[in-house]
Amino acid sequence: MTADSAPFIFPHRHLLSIEGLSPDDITALLDRAEGYIEQNRQGDKKQSLLRGRTIVNLFFEESTRTRTSFELAGKRLGGDTINMAAQTSSIKKGETLLDTAITLNAMHPDVLVVRHSESGAVQLLAEKVDCAVINAGDGMHEHPTQALLDALTIRLRKGRLQGLTVAICGDVAHSRVARSNLLLLGTMGARVRLVAPRTLLPAAVDRLGVEVYTDMEQGLKDADIVMMLRLQLERMQGSFVPSLREYFHFFGLDYKKLAVAKPDALIMHPGPMNRGVEIDTEVADDINRSAIRQQVELGVAVRMAVLEGLGQQPRNN
Amino acid sequence: MTTRTLFINARLLDPASNRDGRGEILTNDGVIVALGEKLSRDGAEIIDCGGHCLAPGLVDMRAQLREPGDEHQETMATAGLAAAAGGITTVVALPNTDPVIDEQALVEFIARRSRDVGLTRIRTYASTTKGLRGKELTEMGLLSSAGALAFTDGLKAVADPLVMRRALSYATNFDLLIIQHPEEPRLAEGGAMTAGEISTRLGLPAISPIAEVMMIERDLRLVEITGARYHAAHVSTAEAIDVIRRAKTRGLKVTCDTAPPYFALNETAVGDYRTFAKVSPPLRSEDDRRAVVEGLADGTIDAIASDHAPQDQESKRVPFTSAASGIVGLETMLPLALELYHNSQVPLLRLLGALSQRPAEILRLPAGKLAEGMPADFTVFDLDTPWRIAVDAFHSKCRNSPFDGRPVQGRVLRTVVAGKTIYTADKA
Repeated sequence: MTADSAPFIFPHRHLLSIEGLSPDDITALLDRAEGYIEQNRQGDKKQSLLRGRTIVNLFFEESTRTRTSFELAGKRLGGDTINMAAQTSSIKKGETLLDTAITLNAMHPDVLVVRHSESGAVQLLAEKVDCAVINAGDGMHEHPTQALLDALTIRLRKGRLQGLTVAICGDVAHSRVARSNLLLLGTMGARVRLVAPRTLLPAAVDRLGVEVYTDMEQGLKDADIVMMLRLQLERMQGSFVPSLREYFHFFGLDYKKLAVAKPDALIMHPGPMNRGVEIDTEVADDINRSAIRQQVELGVAVRMAVLEGLGQQPRNN
Repeated sequence: MTTRTLFINARLLDPASNRDGRGEILTNDGVIVALGEKLSRDGAEIIDCGGHCLAPGLVDMRAQLREPGDEHQETMATAGLAAAAGGITTVVALPNTDPVIDEQALVEFIARRSRDVGLTRIRTYASTTKGLRGKELTEMGLLSSAGALAFTDGLKAVADPLVMRRALSYATNFDLLIIQHPEEPRLAEGGAMTAGEISTRLGLPAISPIAEVMMIERDLRLVEITGARYHAAHVSTAEAIDVIRRAKTRGLKVTCDTAPPYFALNETAVGDYRTFAKVSPPLRSEDDRRAVVEGLADGTIDAIASDHAPQDQESKRVPFTSAASGIVGLETMLPLALELYHNSQVPLLRLLGALSQRPAEILRLPAGKLAEGMPADFTVFDLDTPWRIAVDAFHSKCRNSPFDGRPVQGRVLRTVVAGKTIYTADKA
C-alpha cells in the first residue's frame, strides 16, 4: 500500500483537457499516480477506494490500449467497470450522441470514460450528464491522460519537467496527443519544440508557445526528450506527405538523427508504432533510450489517480 | 374602390434620395402616391408612426426558406412571418431546396406560395446548374421569364472554371446576374471553422481564409472576358473585399453582400465548440471582421443579407464537425446592422441603403425607395430603445442563433407591404 490513505479529490468536475489545468492540478495527479506504480507491481493489486462505484468506458472509436488501461485502472481501485463499444451499442442504430448520454445518465454511473472521433464531442456529452467525465481522446483536440502519463514517465526518468527541452515530432496537425502534451509541458515549464513537415503542422501553431522546426537535426539538437507521433497511413492519400519512404528519410527517428540530441535523451511514443515509418525498430527497442514500454505501464497508474480523483466526488443525484 | 393610407408623424429615411426628416407618406392601391408634410387626409386611413423611423422595406437578397422539401425546418408561412417581423418586405430564396429550383414550374410554385401566404414578398433564385451539380446550365432564359431573379448554386460554388465561364457568358445574352458562393471547395473540404490559433487549439479541421479570395479572383478574370454581371455572396475576408474594391475601380460589373455574423461576430464566438456559431463561410478573424465593417462604410460591400439558415436541434446538437452550418437571420438582421450605426461606424442612410435600395438595384426590383410610384413597402422601426434578442420569441420554426440574449437597439414596429400592414410589434 503506497497511496496515501487520505482521499484524493481532484478539484475539477471532469477531466476534459489539459487546457485549464494549473501546475498544482497536474502535480497533484502525478504525485498520486506515482504512488500507484509500486502497487501495480505487487501480486495483490486490488484496492477498494472505488467500491460500489460504476465506471463506464464508452468508446466510439477503436482502441485497445487506452480502453484496457482504463479498465484495469478501474478494477484495481475496486470499481465496477463496464465497456461499451460503438459497434455493439445502439449508436450504430442511429442513436445520437446526446441520446446515448441521456440513456447512460439514467443508469447513474459515477464516471464516464469517453473516446470519440470528433473534437469537442466529449465535452458536449459532459454537458448532458450528472457524473464525472474523462476524455480518453476526442478527435484532433486532446488526450489528457496520455499527456499525464508521458509527464509521469519523464519525471521518473529525468527527475523533473521544468527546464527540459522536449521535441514532439511528426503529425502534429492531426494529433490530440501533441496538443495535450505541448499544453501540459508548457504549463510545467518545459521548452517544447515541434518538428514536422509544414503539411503536418496546424495553422498558427507558433502562437501556442512552442518553437517550430521542419528539420529533425535542428529540432532534435540538445533535446532531453524526443517524443514521436504516429503517422496515420492514410495521410499519403491526402497529399500530406508523398511516401512513407520519404517521410522516414526526413522525419523518421533513427540513430543518425538522434545523435544530435543529448546523449541521455529519452525516446517516447504514444503507440501504436509504425516501425520503419516514424521510428526505426532498433531505436524503438533500445532498452537504454526508449521509454515506450514504461509509458504503457505508467498509463495504468495515471488512470488510477484520475479515476480516484474524479470517482470519489460526492454525488448530487 | 381605392384604399388610401396616410402614414403620419414619421421620420422618413430614404437612402436613394438622401432624405432624412419628418414627414408623411400617402399610399393608394399599394403604391406610394405622395410624400411630404401636411398631406391631404381625405378618405385616408391614418396611421400614426409615433415619431419613429419609416424606411423602405428591407430587401433580403439571401435566405434559405426550406420549402419545398424541409418543411419541418421552415415553411413559406413561417418564413414570411419571420421576415415580416424583421422588417423585410421582399426576401429572395436560395434554390437549394428539395427539389432544387431549376425548372420553371418550381419558380412558379414559389410565386404561388408567396401569394397564398400573403405576407412578405417571397421571390426566388434559380440554380445556375441543373440539380446544383455544377455541370450543366439551367434554362436561364426561360427561368428568368418565369420570375427567377438571378442564378446561383446556393451554398455550393460553381467550381469548374469552364462551367463558370459558360454560365457567365450565357447570362450576358439576357443580361442576367450570376451569384457565386465564393469558396474554393477543395480548400474548404471537410473544414469546420476558419484556420487560425483557435482552430488549432480546438483541434477542428480548418478552412484557409484564402479559399474565398481565390475563387473571387478567378471569377473576376472570367467576368472580365465575358462582361457578365457577377455578385459575390457573403464576403467575409479582408483580402476578398480588397479585391472587389479594386475590381469596382476598374469598372467591372461586380457587386457583393455580407451578412450580420460577419460584422457582428468573429471566430472567437465558436468558443467551446458552439455549433450555433458554425456558418459557411466560417466566422473569421477580428481583422477580417473589421474589414467587413470598413467595406460597408465605404460602399465596397453593396448589401447586407440575412443569410437565414434555419436548422433544427438535431442538426446542431451534435459534435461541431458534424453540425450543420447556418444561423437564423430574418428577425435579427435589422438590429444587428444598426449596431454599426450606433457604434458610429456606418452612417444610417448608407446602412439602410445596404438593406433595401442596393439589393433592389442589384436584383432590378421595384423596391427599396420612398418615391412616388414605388410599391408601398416599408418598415417602421424604433431606432433607439434597447432590447434583448430572444430566440423564444422568433416566428421562424428554428432557434439556431448565437445572438440569443444580445442587447441591441432598433426594433421593428410595423411592416407594410403594398400599403397593407402585415406585421405590428406587440405593444409591451
